[in-house]
Amino acid sequence: MAKVLVVTSGKGGVGKTTSTAALGAALAQAGEKVVVVDFDVGLRNLDLVLGAERRVVFDLINVVQGVAKLPQALIRDKRLETLWLLPASQTRDKDALTEEGVAKVIAELREKFDWIICDSPAGIERGAILAMRHADEAVIVTNPEVSSVRDSDRIIGMLDAKTVRAEKGEGIKKHLLITRYDAARASRGEMLSIDDVLEILTTPLLGIIPESEEVLRASNVGSPVTLSNRLSAPARAYTDAARRLKGEEISVSIPSSKMRLFDKLFGRRAA
Amino acid sequence: MTNASHRAIRFIGRSYLAFVLTPEAPILGWLAELDSWLARSPRFFADRSIVLDLAKVKLSRQGISHLVANLLERNIRVVGLEGADPTLLGPELPPLMRGGRSVDGAEIVPPSGSEKAAAPIRKQPTSLVLDSPVRSGQSIIFPEGDVSVLGSVGSGAEIIAGGSVHVYGTLRGRVMAGSTGNAQARIFCQKIDAELLAINGYYRTAEEIDQQVRGRPSQAWLEGRTLKVTALN
Repeated sequence: MAKVLVVTSGKGGVGKTTSTAALGAALAQAGEKVVVVDFDVGLRNLDLVLGAERRVVFDLINVVQGVAKLPQALIRDKRLETLWLLPASQTRDKDALTEEGVAKVIAELREKFDWIICDSPAGIERGAILAMRHADEAVIVTNPEVSSVRDSDRIIGMLDAKTVRAEKGEGIKKHLLITRYDAARASRGEMLSIDDVLEILTTPLLGIIPESEEVLRASNVGSPVTLSNRLSAPARAYTDAARRLKGEEISVSIPSSKMRLFDKLFGRRAA
Repeated sequence: MTNASHRAIRFIGRSYLAFVLTPEAPILGWLAELDSWLARSPRFFADRSIVLDLAKVKLSRQGISHLVANLLERNIRVVGLEGADPTLLGPELPPLMRGGRSVDGAEIVPPSGSEKAAAPIRKQPTSLVLDSPVRSGQSIIFPEGDVSVLGSVGSGAEIIAGGSVHVYGTLRGRVMAGSTGNAQARIFCQKIDAELLAINGYYRTAEEIDQQVRGRPSQAWLEGRTLKVTALN
C-alpha cells in the first residue's frame, strides 16, 4: 500500500530538501517506486538537488489547477528508474495550492507509487499545512540546536492536530531525523546532545546524519548524497534511515567525536 | 520577590458565556432570517457577547469584514470568531477564539415572555488529563479546574488552569494556575525549566526562579503575594 511521507521541520535551512532527495533515492535504490513532491511553491529547490531543473515543463500547481495531467508533470530520474519528481512552481506562491487540488493529486499518486515523499516548505503556514495534510507518516528534520528543536516541537503539535489522520483520530507516525550533527562540537557542549533532543521531542529516532561537506558537494552537482557518494558517512546514515522507514530494525549509532590526527594537529574540525 | 513592580500587572483568566451565531450559506438568506427574528425581539442581542462561528461558510477576508459590519448595523457586536482560517484574519477583525464548550440550556430559543434566557450551567468536569506532551505553540485553557499532563510541556507552550497544574515530565513552557482567582492553586512538575509560572495572577519569570531548583522536581505556590518555588526532594 502506498505511504505518504511528509518531510517537515518548521525552521528553514535544516535539511528538509536534502533529506527528501536522499531518502527518496535510497528507497528507490532498494527497488521501491518513489515520487518526491516539492511543496515549496515559489521557492523550489528539489529539482536542483535532483539535477532535474532543466527538465521541468509542468509542475504541481499546473496539476492542482487542472492545466496539466499528472503524468505530464512527473519527471523520471535519469539515474534511478523508480525515482520520480513532481516539481513545484517557481513563479507562483503558496496561495495557488488548494485543499481539494492537493487531495486529488495525492490520491492519484497513491495509485501509482509505493512512496510519496512530500518536501514541506519552512514555516507553519498554508504551504506547510497542505504538505502535511494527507501524510501517513512524518519525518521531522531537526538540527541539534535550541531554535530548531523548539520549531520541531511546534510542528509535531501541528502534525497531531492538522493532518487528516489526526482529525480522524488515527494519529500520524512520527520519525525524528537529526541532521548536521557535529560530534566534535557536541562533545564540547556547543550543540545539544542527541539525548537532549530526544528528551525534549519524545519522538522515535529515525537517524543521525553527520555534518559533512559531502552533502553540500552532492547538492551542487545535482545529486542526492545517497547516489553521489554511497560510501560517505551521510549517505550511509540516510540509507540506514530509509531502511528503518521500511520497517527494518537497525540500531542507530551516534557519530563518534574522534578527530583525525591531522585535524587535531591543525585544530580543524572533522569534516 | 523584592521587586514591587512585578505585582503591578496581573494576568487573570476568566471565562464568560457568549452566544455563538453560526451563519449558513447563502449569507443573504441567513441575514434575512436573522432580520425576521430580530423584528420579533429587537433588543435580544443588544447586551450580549456574540461569537461568530464561520465553520459552515467559506468567506474571504472582505466577506468576513462585511458580515461583521452587517451584524454591527443590527446592534450585534461580534467579540470573537470561531472556525475561521487564521490566515484570513487581520487586526481589524475580532480575534479567533478556541476551546469553546457548549453549555446546556444556553441555545437561543425564540423569546417567549421573559426575555433573559437564564442559562443553567451544566456541571463541568473539574479536571483535565492530557496523555501526550503539550508541544510548543499549543495552548491548553481549562478554567474549570486542574490540569494534569502525562508528559512534558514544551518551550513556547502554555497551560492556563483554574485550579492546580501537574506536569509528569519537564516543564519548559509557561503555566498559569489558579487563573480564575484561586490563590490556593499550585503547580507541580517532575523537572522544572519553566519560562513563566503564575498563580492567581502573581508571576515569576525564568530568570527569577532559583538556579538551585532548576532541573529538579518542584512545586510552586502562593504565599501572600509572593510566588514561591521550591524543590520537592
